[in-house]
Formats: sequence, structure tokens, C-alpha cells
Amino acid sequence: MADILLRDVEKHFGDNYIIRKLNLEIRHREFLVLLGPSGCGKTTTLRAIAGLETIDGGEILIDGQAVQRRRAAERDIAFVFQLFALYPHLTAYDNIAFPLRARKEPRNAVERQVREVARTLRIEALLDKRPSALSGGDMQRVAIGRALVRRPKALLMDEPIGALDAKLREEMRAELKHIHRQNEATTVYVTHDQVEAMAMADRIAIMDAGVLQQVGSPGDVYQHPANLFVAQFVGSPIMNVLPAAVRRGDGYTSLVLGEDDAILRFPGALYAEVVERRPTDGPLAVGIRPEGVLVSRQALDGYVPLEAHIVEPLGPYDIVDLKLGRRLLRCRTASRYVERAGDTVWARLDEKQTHFFDPRTGESLDIRL
Amino acid sequence: MARVELRHITKTFRGLVALDGLSLDIGDGEFFVLLGPTGAGKTTALRLIAGLDAPDAGSILIGGQDVGTWSAAQRDVALVFQYYSLYPHYTVRENLEFPLKSKHRRMGASEIADRVARAARTLRIEHLLERQTDRLSGGEMQRVSIGRAIVRQPRIFLMDEPLSSLDAKLREILRAELKDLQMRLGATFLYVTHDQVEAMSMGDRIAVLNRGRIVQVGTPHQIYNEPRDTFVATFVGSPAMNLLGGTIRDGRLVVVPGRLEVQIRKDLAGRSGPVTLGVRSEDVAVGPGGGLEGQVYAVEDLGVEKIVTLKLNEHLVKATVSAQMAVEADSTVGFAFDPGKLQFFDARSGVRLDPVNGEAATATPGHT
Repeated sequence: MADILLRDVEKHFGDNYIIRKLNLEIRHREFLVLLGPSGCGKTTTLRAIAGLETIDGGEILIDGQAVQRRRAAERDIAFVFQLFALYPHLTAYDNIAFPLRARKEPRNAVERQVREVARTLRIEALLDKRPSALSGGDMQRVAIGRALVRRPKALLMDEPIGALDAKLREEMRAELKHIHRQNEATTVYVTHDQVEAMAMADRIAIMDAGVLQQVGSPGDVYQHPANLFVAQFVGSPIMNVLPAAVRRGDGYTSLVLGEDDAILRFPGALYAEVVERRPTDGPLAVGIRPEGVLVSRQALDGYVPLEAHIVEPLGPYDIVDLKLGRRLLRCRTASRYVERAGDTVWARLDEKQTHFFDPRTGESLDIRL
Repeated sequence: MARVELRHITKTFRGLVALDGLSLDIGDGEFFVLLGPTGAGKTTALRLIAGLDAPDAGSILIGGQDVGTWSAAQRDVALVFQYYSLYPHYTVRENLEFPLKSKHRRMGASEIADRVARAARTLRIEHLLERQTDRLSGGEMQRVSIGRAIVRQPRIFLMDEPLSSLDAKLREILRAELKDLQMRLGATFLYVTHDQVEAMSMGDRIAVLNRGRIVQVGTPHQIYNEPRDTFVATFVGSPAMNLLGGTIRDGRLVVVPGRLEVQIRKDLAGRSGPVTLGVRSEDVAVGPGGGLEGQVYAVEDLGVEKIVTLKLNEHLVKATVSAQMAVEADSTVGFAFDPGKLQFFDARSGVRLDPVNGEAATATPGHT
């Protein structure tokens, strides 16, 4: 078990930067997810920690020791790939036992450790089977078992459940999280799937174009995204982002959305906050997640009438697109709350869930109402 | 625009049954989704309608006419695939014009220009018309592919997983756009997907396919709330519906004696023996006084809500709770099932036990 420190890590091919000045601390026993779109540098970062990739600048410290010049085998780290790299001719038991036997551990110690790992992973009944007789999820459990049994300082996983079907991924998410709590290996997990990241991580590190955008707990990055990229990468449906302006009223602030498409009454303090935090009197972007749009079938004070454009039933709830000028405002309602497209409903934005961004830099103004 | 009927279609490939007596009735102007896992027969059905393959048995009617002997071109349907089939060295405009310039159409230049302009406006790709297609993003390319279908003004649009090669965010945007497009065109859409979210969010009706057979046809609401069997119940919805095997004893369904038992519906009172209990995660309430007790196995914070996996003996039960709720992993918590939302399935066949008569639903699926 270890803590891992990345200090000013860089990787580039000529002018093409894969990773730029990356500073990241992965804490002892933490489950950290590196999240981002393809090409953001997350896999390169993981491979650099493992020693499968060299770096062009900066340092990688494992338990305080600089390891960037050490070979992969000397870093005491286990890697789990998306595709299960199991030995096809060996049983699940022998696959898991393999790294222990390679270390020439005594037979009964091997047996004890394999059984223990198998119990954690709930694959005790499968130990006599060969990989070809296992389902995708079970194969991945065996692959993880083989990584865990070595008791490595850290466990690195590259989209380990990306190849599984949707239902199995959903099951494995909870399983992996449970397994992590059982063995408490420091884990770095790479994915492009924000649901997976949110579901499993203690903390998420979000990358884009080689640059770290934000690090925080799932609740943190969801509720307080540092910039528009994070705001719209995390969460589904995507956060609504609308151009906006503020006007000072008597004891309140008018928030004007779009091209005067809706005017909402916000607390008086908002105006001063915006003026203080925005460098010049430039444009403003407002972000609101679908669940932050409050919807009523009846006219209510402070709500504006909007026409429903499309209703998407998802089962437990509906996603409804409301027409706001030439834009759409996506909201989440109870199932069948808005009966059909064309209906008029009343809506406002929940102040506590409204985000304010500088649209030119994309940075959050960090205004919390 | 036309109605599409499939009657008792069977198709085999080298002895393997791809479709087994498939019957469907797709209304004029309907957004109809074929949903199922890989190998269910969805794409086969689409290809048969398009006239790219011929069925071994059964008939296909478009607009009331049997099209069994018609060529693909005569059927006047448009296909949109997962991978965009665009001409790479041509501009968007040229790609859109192409299907209209075929000899047997004899379409005038002004008509062509008019249709291209309208399709481009519909899909919001007017600004891309003079661009070469190899310089477009994935989402733009898929819009152009759809544009090539629209300009033809076909009687039916057939779409085979058109969004599945796009990233999650783009899929989400195009989902709403496609639904909007279909409503504006008033066209018949037959849309094939393995993604239940796409099916639920876009379909007027959904046919769930498994192993070449239709399991259920219904509105998204019906499919979600009255799944015909455990296959539909777990295939549609995320997280998948919790299924717990139990035994009916003295008016109660016993999953774990003394620890996990529920009152059964009145109409099931006469039943005994094994029954599968189904409950969706949003119908599991977590909190003290629930009557049931489990250990927190995992907590997944999805931002908008949390999914809590509870362990009770060897059973795992997922519950959806508010994002604000504090739940400690490994702690013991109370929970309860919403008694009005419980579903019961025949343990052997997996078929849902109908709430009205307590018998397994026997109505032939397919035609509604």
C-alpha cells in the first residue's frame, strides 16, 4: 500500500504534449479515478506510473521514492487491462497462483492466499475452471485476483470493465468498490465513462488535452465543477449552459437567460458577486443541471411559462426539453409529470444548483448562493 | 410514410434461427424501436424490411402491399447505419445530392437544390454544405448520413444503431434531435438499438427481442412498469431490477426466512412454491424502521442520486437514494420495499404473474 505523487510530470512528442505539468497526489489506500475523453492523457499517465511509459519531465514518487528511472518490475505495482490477459491453459486457481509461484512461495502459503482472494472476489466456486468456461465478468474477477494476490503497493486499472456489457458493468462497479474496501490497495483507475468514475471513486481527477482540470470527490466535482469542461463532462444528461446577464433590482437580482428569453428573480447579493468576480463587464454563462430546473404544472410566483418540446421517458423519471427562445432547457421530472410535447409548464432555476461561469475562459466564478 | 407489417417472419442462416415467427405492426408515422442484446435478430429484421435479405417464410407489407417480390429500390426505404457511409472526397452538398441524381429518378436541378436545402435546414448543417465530409466530426457525419436519407423522402426510415459509435455526450444530444426530427417529418421510423436508454427515450413503442423472438411490445411506460418477464425486467432500466428468488408460504413470499419476507398480492394467495420477486431500485427505501435490515455493500454516488447496494445473507439489493443521504459502507441499515410496486414472476419460466388473475400472462406478444 502506498501513496503516489506526480510532480510536474510531462510527456510530449515534439510540440505535441500528451501530459502537461501534471501535479497529482494519490493517497494511501485511495481509489482514484483518472477520467477524461479519449486522447486526454489519462492512460499515458497510468502507464507512466506503472513504468510502461517514460516521462520527459517531472517526478513520480511512490512512498516518497522517485521511481521514474526504475523499471516496471521494480515498482511493485499490479496492472489490470481492459482485455483479460489470462493464461488460457491454466485454471482460475493456477492463474491467480501464478505470480506467487513465480516468487517461489511455499505451497500452503499460495493456497491460503489464493483462497482468500477468491473469497473476496466471490469466485471460490470457479477456481477449477479454465478461462474459456468463464463469463466476461468472471474472467475479469480472476484477472483482478491475480493482481491482488501479489499484494502490490498499488493497483492500476485501465478501463477494466469497458469490454463488458452494460448490465455486467453495472454489477462490477459495485463489486470493484466492495473489493477495494476489503483489500484497501491504493488504486488508480482509468475510464472515459463518467458514471463509472462517479460510482467508484473516492476522488476523481479529470483531464482534458493533457491538462488536469479538477480533482475532487464525486460529490465535489458534480456540485462544484471548476470549469465548463468538467461541468459538462460529468453528469448525464449534460448540464444546461446558457448565455446570461445580471441586472440590479431593488433587493434582488434579475437573471436574464438567453436573448431575454426568461427573466428570473435571484438574491440581491448575486449582482455584486458577479460584478466582483468577473474581470470586465463581459458575457456570463449560467449552468444548471436538469434536476436543478424546478418545474410546476401550475403557474407559480417566480416561475416562467415554457413550452415542452420533447418528453423522454426513462422509467423512474422523465427528461423534458423546454423551449427557451431558440435554445432548449433540459429538466428532470417525475415520470409522466409533463404529459406531452407542446404542453406549457412553469419553471425556475434552483438558486443553490445554479452555476456561473466566465464563458471566455470557461472558469467557474465560484459563486455559491 | 407508411405502415409496416411483418407476419410470421422466419429467417435462418446456415441452420441457425435468426428470427422465429416474428410478427410486428408498425403504425404510419410511428417511432418504433427494436431493442435487444447482440444476436437478438434486430438487424436481420431491418435488412428483411429493406429488401437486402429475403425471409424463409412469412410476409412483409409496406403501406398494405406485400413487398416480397420488390427490390430494395422499389420499397422506397432509407437505411442509416452505425458507420456513416459517405463519399469522403465529396462535399456535404454533393453527398446529399447523390441519391437524388440517380437516373431513374429524373429529378430536376431546382427540385434537388430545394430538397438539399430543406434537409440541411432540418438537420442544422447548412453551414457545412460546402465542406468535404472527411473534415467533419463524428456527430456532423452522422447528421449528413441522416440527411442523405431525408432528401429521398422515403416511405420508411430504417436506422441500425446510428448513434452507437458516437461518444456519450453526442449520443445524448442526437437522441433528442432524432426524436424531434421524426416528429417534424411525421415519418415512420424503425430504429434498432441494444441501448435501453435510447429505446425508452425515443420510442413511441418498443419491441423487445431476444433470440429471434419478440418478448414484449409496448410503450416505454408499459415496458418499464409491466415487463412481461424477467428478461425485459432486467434488460430495461438502470440499475437493473432487483430479482430475488423465494417461496410462497402462508400468504408470504419468503426469500430469507425471518429476515426477508414480503406480503404477496391477494390474487397470488392460492399459489405456493417458488416465485421470483422483482423490485426496482427506486422502490427500495433506505432508512430506519423499514422492517428489513441489510449491510451496506457498496455506495455509488452518481451526483444526482446515490445507488446503495445492500447485502442480506447472499442476496444483493440495489436501492436508489437521494444524493444528500449519508450512507456508510459496511454499516447496517434498515430498508423497505414499496408494497405497491412489487412484481412477481414465475420462477421457472420467468414470466410475470399478471396482477389481474394471478396467472402467467398468456396473451401472444407481438400484436397489440
